Amino acid sequence: MGRRKKGRGAEAAPLAIRGRGGTAGGLRAAGPGLGARFGLWIPAVATVMNEIALILIPLIVAGVAFAWPDERTRPWWLPVAGALHVASSGWLLVKPPAPAPGAWLGFDPLARSVLPMISLLFFVSSLYAVAYLRVRGERRNRLFVFSLLVLLGFLSLAIQAQHLGLLWVAAEAATLMTVPLIHFNGTARAFEASWKYLLVGGTGIALSLLGSFCLGYASLNAGGNGDLTFNALARQFVGLTGNFARDSHPWLVAAWVLLLVGYGTKMGLAPMHTWKPDVYGEAPGLVGVLLAGGTTTMAFVAVLRVKQIVDAAGDGAMTQRTLLAIGLFSMLVAALFLLGTADFKRMLAYSSIEQMGVLAVGAGLGGLGVWAALFHVWTNSLTKGALFLSAGNIRRAADGRDKNAVSGMAWGAPLSARIFVTGLFAITACPPFGLFFSELLVVRTAFATGSLVTAGVFLAALLFAFFGLTRLVFAIVDGRPRAAARATKNRFHETAGVILPPLAFLGLSIWIGLATPPWLSGAWTAAMQLISPAP
Amino acid sequence: MINTLNLFIGLAMGLNLLALASSRLPSVIRAAAVQGMVLGILPLLLEEEFHWVVVLVAVGTIVVKGFVVPNLLRRALRAANIDREVKPLIPFVPSLLLGAAATIGAVALGGVLPLRAEQTGSLLVPGSFATVVAGFLMLVGRAKAISQVCGYLILENGIYLFGLLLINTTPLLVETGILLDLTVAIFVIGIIMDRIQKEFDSLDSNKLTTLRE
Repeated sequence: MGRRKKGRGAEAAPLAIRGRGGTAGGLRAAGPGLGARFGLWIPAVATVMNEIALILIPLIVAGVAFAWPDERTRPWWLPVAGALHVASSGWLLVKPPAPAPGAWLGFDPLARSVLPMISLLFFVSSLYAVAYLRVRGERRNRLFVFSLLVLLGFLSLAIQAQHLGLLWVAAEAATLMTVPLIHFNGTARAFEASWKYLLVGGTGIALSLLGSFCLGYASLNAGGNGDLTFNALARQFVGLTGNFARDSHPWLVAAWVLLLVGYGTKMGLAPMHTWKPDVYGEAPGLVGVLLAGGTTTMAFVAVLRVKQIVDAAGDGAMTQRTLLAIGLFSMLVAALFLLGTADFKRMLAYSSIEQMGVLAVGAGLGGLGVWAALFHVWTNSLTKGALFLSAGNIRRAADGRDKNAVSGMAWGAPLSARIFVTGLFAITACPPFGLFFSELLVVRTAFATGSLVTAGVFLAALLFAFFGLTRLVFAIVDGRPRAAARATKNRFHETAGVILPPLAFLGLSIWIGLATPPWLSGAWTAAMQLISPAP
Repeated sequence: MINTLNLFIGLAMGLNLLALASSRLPSVIRAAAVQGMVLGILPLLLEEEFHWVVVLVAVGTIVVKGFVVPNLLRRALRAANIDREVKPLIPFVPSLLLGAAATIGAVALGGVLPLRAEQTGSLLVPGSFATVVAGFLMLVGRAKAISQVCGYLILENGIYLFGLLLINTTPLLVETGILLDLTVAIFVIGIIMDRIQKEFDSLDSNKLTTLRE
């Protein structure tokens, strides 16, 4: 499988380089003798290496970590892979490779606008993981470290996949790799969560496969030649008439519904969200970070790619309506559950469902809304990182999971509690945190496009969520500490290893909102133009 | 050619109903296994010229769906010492009726959806939809973890059937990837089931009710 992909990439890369001209020309000038033979190939190899490196680095390190004999030093492979991943995706973000038409894999504008975030998320979480796995020395970490790294590899593959089938294969593989992560704790509750995740997630992913087949069949009926790369599909459906349109349209509608339900299950949009509270409640905090910021982002990217195709076929009104409806419904459902839940890790799951609703609404609004949604992917994931990690600390310090068993954590785990409360204000979109700016942009887009009802429901859901979140967070932070917390006080130490990573996430969340770097907003603009081209 | 194909698909649709109606777990497993094998043969009927990769995929499907996975399930069954689905969430007769209604609906729907010329008259689309619905019914309507896994297998079979519409055009690379993913999925499910068995001393997913609001 790997060989075939590489082959495709290598064929396409020289084209890309010729298109760019500048780099290749420079190298040719430097070595006139080599020019004709190597001038084209050296940068070509470099280009291919970089895109594929994002997938291969984690997979290779995963292999090394799996074979690594020492339990104590093995977790250090996580930051090693994370740092390399950040370096290569950062390099690609600043110096984007030219598009390679027809390739199955590529760092296209959409990948460029989200993948660096996942690298960053993984890197900071991996630093936490080193400290976490030292605390959890009693559990074997071989499978855990291996699965984390393979998950990163498949996330990179799925987000860069330019082919419908490849996207599905990578998304399913990423889903499966999270199962060992969820039942790391090995408790009965963790198995229950894994089981529900497998059944609900498995059904969702099966439906998205059915949807992919429907889309493939629609393409055949529209006179396609079986080329299932996204750009080819989007081009193919533009301006169809006659028999082609009549024979492909029902399949296209079926494909949209099935793919939205399928990948929406992975995103955790209501009503397909049922696995999320169980899984986020039971998985270790750092796994929650990667699920809430990584796999959901992957699924959102998949939805955007499908939307691009269905919109190109002239069904933009349908995708818009369904995304808005499902997005607002998710926000409302999440807000209502937030008012009722007592478990603070499950609370984060409902908050995540709400943020997924925001993404769907942004994508449904189209145009600037897509830009806002991509912005929101960054702000939400980074803030969630701070919340999940500090919640994990509080959970360990308090030895309890809900507000009936936990209180007074401002005493029990003072630093984590402070980060948690600050994270609460960040996730409820208080300025100056990033979410304020991204959600504001969604609301402004809604007003600008005249969707007043959308804006109204959106704001109401945010308000309810704010009530729900603050109620629970202050219930566990304030008050008198319980006996259980007093007993564990001496066992849990807020070391730099478990405090600095969530703090770093908070810092990133402020930075991204206040000083969005131009190369990043440029990437979002390019992705917006790809997904929702101006008419 | 199309008649042989339809014969096999009809057989698969019959097996759906058999699986839905049966309360004995070994017969449910057998129905899912036979269905998997029947579907494994289909690519050989559809491909015009002999191609070794197609043969490989067919053999792989038959071995995995017909032997490996059912054996895994039977082992779990023996370990858990259970034989019957006692209290399904959707009782057997209603689920059978729903399955039959879905089969009729799928045939009607298949008549509406536009098919390519060479596939007109085949039962691929109705068979696929009916199988997906049957699998889904078992997934949500049964309490035993093993029945749910069988439901998942039947659901996958339905999707596989739909995938055959595209067999001449999708690259085999993707198909092998899909098969590989499904195999791993079933293994992971098997492992988790084993852990549930040890943890709860039964394979009854009704007992998995700690996590809720």
